[in-house]
Amino acid sequence: MTVGKDVSALFPDVVNCMQTDNLELKKLVYLYLMNYAKSQPDMAIMAVNTFVKDCEDPNPLIRALAVRTMGCIRVDKITEYLCEPLRKCLKDEDPYVRKTAAVCVAKLHDINAQLVEDQGFLDTLKDLISDSNPMVVANAAAALSEIAESHPSSNLLDLNPQSINKLLTALNECTEWGQIFILDCLANYTPKDDREAQSICERVTPRLSHANSAVVLSAVKVLMKFMEMLSKDLDYYGTLLKKLAPPLVTLLSAEPELQYVALRNINLIVQKRPEILKHEMKVFFVKYNDPIYVKLEKLDIMIRLASQANIAQVLAELKEYATEVDVDFVRKAVRAIGRCAIKVEQSAERCVSTLLDLIQTKVNYVVQEAIVVIKDIFRKYPNKYESVIATLCENLDSLDEPEARAAMIWIVGEYAERIDNADELLESFLEGFHDESTQVQLQLLTAIVKLFLKKPTETQELVQQVLSLATQDSDNPDLRDRGYIYWRLLSTDPVAAKEVVLAEKPLISEETDLIEPTLLDELICYIGTLASVYHKPPSAFVEGGRGVVHKSLPPRTASNESTESPETAPAGAPPGEQPDVIPAQGDLLGDLLNLDLGPPVSGPPLATSSVQMGAVDLLGGGLDSLMGDEPEGIGGTNFVAPTTAAAPANLGAPIGSGLSDLFDLTSGVGTLSGSYVAPKAVWLPAMKAKGLEISGTFTRQVASISMDLQLTNKALQVMTDFAIQFNRNSFGLAPAAPLQVHAPLSPNQTVEISLPLSTVGSVMKMEPLNNLQVAVKNNIDVFYFRTLYPLHILFVEDGKMGESLCTEPFLGGPEEPRGLLLTCGTPLFPLPDCTLQNQCFRVDGLTLLASRALVTGLTAGVWAASIFGPHPAGCDSCPLCFPSHLCQAQLCTPHSPIGSHSPPPTPFLPERSPRDEHFLPRPLFPLQLSLKCRAPEVSQHVYQAYETILKN
Amino acid sequence: MIGGLFIYNHKGEVLISRVYRDDIGSQAADSAVFSSSGPFLRERLGGSVRRNAVDAFRVNVIHARQQVRSPVTNIARTSFFHVKRSNIWLAAVTKQNVNAAMVFEFLYKMCDVMAAYFGKISEENIKNNFVLIYELLDEILDFGYPQNSETGALKTFITQQGIKSQTKEEQSQITSQVTGQIGWRREGIKYRRNELFLDVLESVNLLMSPQGQVLSAHVSGRVVMKSYLSGMPECKFGMNDKIVIEKQGKGTADETSKSGKQSIAIDDCTFHQCVRLSKFDSERSISFIPPDGEFELMRYRTTKDIILPFRVIPLVREVGRTKLEVKVVIKSNFKPSLLAQKIEVRIPTPLNTSGVQVICMKGKAKYKASENAIVWKIKRMAGMKESQISAEIELLPTNDKKKWARPPISMNFEVPFAPSGLKVRYLKVFEPKLNYSDHDVIKWVRYIGRSGIYETRC
Repeated sequence: MTVGKDVSALFPDVVNCMQTDNLELKKLVYLYLMNYAKSQPDMAIMAVNTFVKDCEDPNPLIRALAVRTMGCIRVDKITEYLCEPLRKCLKDEDPYVRKTAAVCVAKLHDINAQLVEDQGFLDTLKDLISDSNPMVVANAAAALSEIAESHPSSNLLDLNPQSINKLLTALNECTEWGQIFILDCLANYTPKDDREAQSICERVTPRLSHANSAVVLSAVKVLMKFMEMLSKDLDYYGTLLKKLAPPLVTLLSAEPELQYVALRNINLIVQKRPEILKHEMKVFFVKYNDPIYVKLEKLDIMIRLASQANIAQVLAELKEYATEVDVDFVRKAVRAIGRCAIKVEQSAERCVSTLLDLIQTKVNYVVQEAIVVIKDIFRKYPNKYESVIATLCENLDSLDEPEARAAMIWIVGEYAERIDNADELLESFLEGFHDESTQVQLQLLTAIVKLFLKKPTETQELVQQVLSLATQDSDNPDLRDRGYIYWRLLSTDPVAAKEVVLAEKPLISEETDLIEPTLLDELICYIGTLASVYHKPPSAFVEGGRGVVHKSLPPRTASNESTESPETAPAGAPPGEQPDVIPAQGDLLGDLLNLDLGPPVSGPPLATSSVQMGAVDLLGGGLDSLMGDEPEGIGGTNFVAPTTAAAPANLGAPIGSGLSDLFDLTSGVGTLSGSYVAPKAVWLPAMKAKGLEISGTFTRQVASISMDLQLTNKALQVMTDFAIQFNRNSFGLAPAAPLQVHAPLSPNQTVEISLPLSTVGSVMKMEPLNNLQVAVKNNIDVFYFRTLYPLHILFVEDGKMGESLCTEPFLGGPEEPRGLLLTCGTPLFPLPDCTLQNQCFRVDGLTLLASRALVTGLTAGVWAASIFGPHPAGCDSCPLCFPSHLCQAQLCTPHSPIGSHSPPPTPFLPERSPRDEHFLPRPLFPLQLSLKCRAPEVSQHVYQAYETILKN
Repeated sequence: MIGGLFIYNHKGEVLISRVYRDDIGSQAADSAVFSSSGPFLRERLGGSVRRNAVDAFRVNVIHARQQVRSPVTNIARTSFFHVKRSNIWLAAVTKQNVNAAMVFEFLYKMCDVMAAYFGKISEENIKNNFVLIYELLDEILDFGYPQNSETGALKTFITQQGIKSQTKEEQSQITSQVTGQIGWRREGIKYRRNELFLDVLESVNLLMSPQGQVLSAHVSGRVVMKSYLSGMPECKFGMNDKIVIEKQGKGTADETSKSGKQSIAIDDCTFHQCVRLSKFDSERSISFIPPDGEFELMRYRTTKDIILPFRVIPLVREVGRTKLEVKVVIKSNFKPSLLAQKIEVRIPTPLNTSGVQVICMKGKAKYKASENAIVWKIKRMAGMKESQISAEIELLPTNDKKKWARPPISMNFEVPFAPSGLKVRYLKVFEPKLNYSDHDVIKWVRYIGRSGIYETRC
């Protein structure tokens, strides 16, 4: 105020002027004090005496001035002296002084809340509600409301029918501002029954004719809130609805800034009670000279009010707007046309043709916006307006905005079969893949995958290119993850992929931008305020404790229930359930956007670290198999997929391992491999082996099997020169490396060794199937023992074996004459959520990767398919309620103990007891397994093995 | 409530700054700096902290490159409400969830009050009335709560000349008036001649399609009263409101048939705060004690049976790519005895217009290149007449793909009747204490209908 100059040095001189008779000079001195007292707190004390004296001046104007100014001096020392004069002024004979003192209580409370309570000012303030002067009542109501807001729990604003009556009486007589304070205060009250609500409404409705828009809006707030309590059958309810419309319309002839506030509020009101303004469409038509913020808001409301009855008019208007100058406005208008199409089905055709007209204008941003909305229209009315695609494709080159490009790509991908040159179009986008925004990249990835699934023959190269671009060259985790998922999906099971990627999409809903109902109800309680302008709860933009109380609409009560309702409800906290957490609009918006932008398939949440692991592996073998070459499986297994689909048949173990990690999220770092490890069992007791005791177990760590051995020297001499050898066995298990015990094993020493195993050894059928004969040699002797290894260590992680595998090769096609079929005859069903701990999938929540069949392959070319039949209880209709723990229980089965040496079964859900009835799998739904081996002689017996498994 | 009020000039310099609450300006920074510095530095930084809010508005709104996208701006959790009057920005600042409508109403009121004290709101006037404005701000806004802001009352104790010391009676009179039920009128007003003027001012708004279909039409009207009446007169205003007339019509069937046609349906009306709203709500009678001098008694809006004074018939033909032919006919549609004035028709032309040839039957027409429009002015025009203009517009060939938006043809005029059909039936004045009766008051009524946004699409 002093143009930034510091004039605090003059403080003593200015204070000297305080005791003047000149009112004007006094005011200036006071103004100076207000600005500089805080910087000179010690000197400010000098002024106190004059203040106290002025508070007793015969002139009421001076008394009021003194008490008003004192409250503005935020110096603690002064506030102590303020109490006495304030107390006097609150009881002053002159209403002008009293109304000033009422506000001063609020000021004092802001500086020192405790002081106000201790001094009993709050009670005095409450008494002022019954003051004879309406201005005093209004200011007291304002002060009390403000203080109550910072004490949400207190019963400060203890409104009862008597005080309400006083407020309503004062309402008729006080100034426009006073009316606003009183109405805002009334809005915090919850009437005890509908009769009381109605009588208050009746006394508030005359305010709707006030010239001051704020009075009108505050009255609307009270009415909207109390209306909630009125029964809809009541005549009065209908009358009230009719009375609300005209004043709201009148608000639109106010100044533009107020129009803006009014429109933001009308937007809320229309969402809450659309019936009020449903016939008033025309007043929301945009005027040429409206400021842009008014135009945009009007447009929003027009769409909300659009219905079959007025759609023709609305469309004609929107078409006009689409030719205006302001880019934002035009865009919104174009978008609005699309929204009309989605909202009013009868108009869809006209909307589409209007949009096509607009595309013909070739105005860049109009075209782009039109394409974005046409995408939504396709989502709402599939297979109806695809004839326009050709026109859209003509404008491909002019699209430069990410949203429009993404929309266009989506369209091309979605209707790839109808667009002859879809691959060329998408390829053209692919050229600058890395310069595109994420939105476009994601969409492009999805579109090309769709295209590939629709026209697999011509587009292999393309899909491979985009997958490698997305996974190899991109830094964006979302893109990479989505790339992997598609890749995985395509390589696992193209049919399932088709099922997932080309799934029928749910139709989009009409009103995607509605405010969430609890938030809307809260905002209705804030009509007229900033919260209603921002469409955010006050807590989103107000700091500190103020305004964090959630307001909610009163519950509807009938008068006959009134006896049960509480006598006085606390203000601001009506007895209705209060919403606990109201998400900020931003969040909601974000969610909506995600939903909207996201592709039909959303990937599971993946841990980045595992992504990296998978990345390396995937790129190794994945590509080859994707290309449909005959892949070399590990261990020289030539396992060729049926050529019906160009999709991959076999992926090497490394690929799978990466993914097993991808999906195995819950198992944490310790069990990264996801494999179950049985505790070590003693295989070779010391007495049988001249003092060498061997205990061990089998583990599977990321694609490799190993035998964990613990060698203990219980003899008296040093042992050296260890070696190990396996006998031929069913799955060709053999040590992949020599047994390395580096130092000689001294007496009573124990050494832990992990021996990697491979499955390339020679095969011989064993009895039982998982029997393993081992020979261990050292400098003393050669020892023999046998052990049973758990089958699960042989399971590979890739889960390779699509549906096709289950149905065809098992039947023993020409490629796989040695195959043994043990598959089930039951139809396969989508499996949304399942967990297989051992080298299998963990598919979380809604992950769409849950393919039709969950299949595990054994390394040695033996394939075990665990195929799930439908739940007999009829849950199959709803895949989501497929009981996930059932799946888990079932999937435990393959590695439950076979022989006596094998570990006991472990529950995979630690929080659940294995005795839980759901863990009794068989009666609930049958598990079917198939196993295959490259050795025919073994194959026959696989069946037996599984019999054993199942029995256990 | 309002935390502070700033007035800026067009450059963004602060002319007036009045802070009501401490919360505006960053508190955290404030205390952090204060604790570590002496009192002198404290003041300087204290000033600068407060300036943060001031500067934020300047940087983000006044100096913003873009056109203002919203009258409410939230910068760093601080909300700014602004209103612009010529070159002056008024900004109210708050950190709380205030009543937004109230803040804007207050800003408008503030403008009105300032205008009532020193006329036009300009930088110079504000600088010259620096003290007065602070005095006013102190009075009409207390801790961010608007107080009595009626100029009539304010002028009794805030003046530009300095106040003579008042007697005790005068002082209590002032305070009772400021806080009283009739805060807008002081007692003891005396006129030798009791006179009142009523102006019914209406603006007709129209949006018509090229085919002559009314897309939207409404009249927003105001009844402005200038009263020079002694004492505390009780007034009652009556007009041909359909609801009132139908109510009365039940008693005298004769009158209904006569006035039934003339009555109008008012969609909605709002009143000056002097009107007893509860009485209007129950009886629909408009009774009040008027402020002294000029004030707006009521505003109303009608949409039914509007007399559209003019009809515009446009005809635009594109002849090839470089030529446009425009023909516009206007028809006046009211009693031939009445004269419309200040008629102006604005026909927009494309941006690439190179030349225009105009022929009009009446008035003067000119192509204004700076406004991209042909402006056709007619001084007077009687009712039930017709006039025509035709123009040939030559265009420069452009490679601009965007089509010309064809803004609507707009029209301005003034007619001496109320297009809504509103008629003042009576305005009765009662002053029981002073000895003048309703008959002694000289009353004047005038109707003016103006064009609001009167557009025809072409």
